[in-house]
Amino acid sequence: MKPIVVALLCVLIGGAAVAKEGNECITAAGAIAPDFSLPHVALAIAKKKLDVAIVGSASSELNGPAGTNIAYPTRLEEALRGLLPGVTVKVATYARPRETASEMEAKLPRIISESKPALLVWQTGTADAIRGVDPDEFRVSLDDGVDKLRAADTDVVFMNMQYSPRTEAMLAVTAYADAMRIVALKREAVLFDRFTIMKRWNEAGVFDLYGATRTTNVAERVHDCLGRLLADVVIAGAKLAPAADKGTQ
Amino acid sequence: MLLPKPAERDLRLDLFRGLALWLIFLDHIPSNIVNWVTIRNYGFSDATEIFVFISGYTAAFVYGRAMREHGAVVAGARILKRAWQVYVAHIFLFAIYTAEISYVAHSFENPLYGEEMGIFDFLQQPDITLAQAMLLKFKPANMDVLPLYIVLLAGFPPTLWLLLRVPAAALGASALLYALTLYFEWNIPAYPNGNWVFNPFAWQMLFVFGAWCALGGAKQLSAAILSPVTAALAILFLVFAFFIVLTWYIPGLDALVPRRLEEWMYPIDKTNLGVLRIVHFLSLAVLTVRLVPRDWPGLRSLWLRPAILCGQHSLEIFCLGVFLSFAAHFAMVEINQGVGMQIATSLLGIVLMIATAALISWYKRIEGRSPQSRPGPPGTTLVGGGV
Repeated sequence: MKPIVVALLCVLIGGAAVAKEGNECITAAGAIAPDFSLPHVALAIAKKKLDVAIVGSASSELNGPAGTNIAYPTRLEEALRGLLPGVTVKVATYARPRETASEMEAKLPRIISESKPALLVWQTGTADAIRGVDPDEFRVSLDDGVDKLRAADTDVVFMNMQYSPRTEAMLAVTAYADAMRIVALKREAVLFDRFTIMKRWNEAGVFDLYGATRTTNVAERVHDCLGRLLADVVIAGAKLAPAADKGTQ
Repeated sequence: MLLPKPAERDLRLDLFRGLALWLIFLDHIPSNIVNWVTIRNYGFSDATEIFVFISGYTAAFVYGRAMREHGAVVAGARILKRAWQVYVAHIFLFAIYTAEISYVAHSFENPLYGEEMGIFDFLQQPDITLAQAMLLKFKPANMDVLPLYIVLLAGFPPTLWLLLRVPAAALGASALLYALTLYFEWNIPAYPNGNWVFNPFAWQMLFVFGAWCALGGAKQLSAAILSPVTAALAILFLVFAFFIVLTWYIPGLDALVPRRLEEWMYPIDKTNLGVLRIVHFLSLAVLTVRLVPRDWPGLRSLWLRPAILCGQHSLEIFCLGVFLSFAAHFAMVEINQGVGMQIATSLLGIVLMIATAALISWYKRIEGRSPQSRPGPPGTTLVGGGV
């Protein structure tokens, strides 16, 4: 019996320590409640099977030293499984470096038919800013994407760019961040404001986003927190949905 | 100072151009709490409209006189010389920018930001990007205003010639070019993708309108500008614009905006100087002219002197502002990025802009006083550095 108790205690203490460190990032993230509901997620949860697809660029990928995937999509999947006991949760990631919103929009039909997700998390903005895509074209791609997703009974959560203090003056992201916020508001879609969350972490000193490093320590913890926060937003969005409403916009 | 009648110069132009330069500087510092004071947060237009309009106005004022006194060739040559100076200033800023970005590219590494490091890719192909920069096709963040200005000046000699002969025809041609640009979506291609952030074919309209106002247009319009009806309409429009801007930030408010209006209104295009931006700028301008008359004693007060000084040396102060915004961001990254630091760097930047403007004025004075140093005819360079 004794070893088991000790092991349990270790797990509990260890878990508490991780949770404490993790909770700091959750509290410092501030108010992240979704503005709009996620009716198809609610429906999928009710049916005990939640499929999520993530389309994004390089910041949706992160591999640890051992080649293990430690990026936020994996963390999201784990967090959702923890929060939704009895529901089969699957997160499929379609991340490609340097891909712009319009390229992502073009492959949405394939993603929809492949993984039939109730929810698509659309991480974008940085690649468009780097490549200097016309912000208006960017906005139209998002808008067209929402059309395709709505037609396929899929909820969408937009995820904007990372807050990157070192490169902030060299990369003009404002126009793209504004476009995402405005499309989200106009189309009543949920925006996961990664930029503001990371900025709050930086201000509260939760993570050192300035430091130069080759290790993935900070990146791993950032992605872990992002995944958990995103899971909270997804659940909160589902709870906002009126029970039997099929969710027209 | 050697002008026959110094009172001719409208100090309001310098004042508001100086203020616009400060706002542009503040807007260019990312993550700066002081940004909240700038006008772009309260309506459709921003400091760029003020800057371009006043630049057109002063260009016509200065070079219009030169064209009347010395002929089209001399005045045209001077305008092109000015365009060349702006080009040199732009390349100088580009060199500073490249130095900063190269430093960051070498000193910063973090797996979290693998994606953002993509902005350093251009350093891998200096042969292409440097050539593209010199052709004004490659323009890094916040370096879009000067190329616009270069093109506006380069096209200005024939426009000014026409403005002095048939002002209405010049203004009409400008409006026609604007309309055709919107219709056919003309723009200058940029490198590596897309088009110019400030489309010169569209923005020329505000520049030419400013020039037209300077050459007598403002007088023709004065009755309309000063009428209470215009003022009331302007106030209504500003309130409307403020409300629309609020709907971009507050969820739920959007429901109050009719769908028809939204379809007609969006996008409010900065690249192509959307009509709503022009109307917003004109509303601000009409109210400003009403509230601040030309002979307002406050214009001579010590309090406004700093902004006026900056406005009188706009090219130098603009370039300095772009450089200082890089430097301010750099200081925040390396030292501290707290709110106190944001306010301190913002204020320090403005103080440095004022000090530099005062220094340039002093140089102009000592150079202007020595008879050998300025063999050229007075007028152009002495009007506060011209454009």
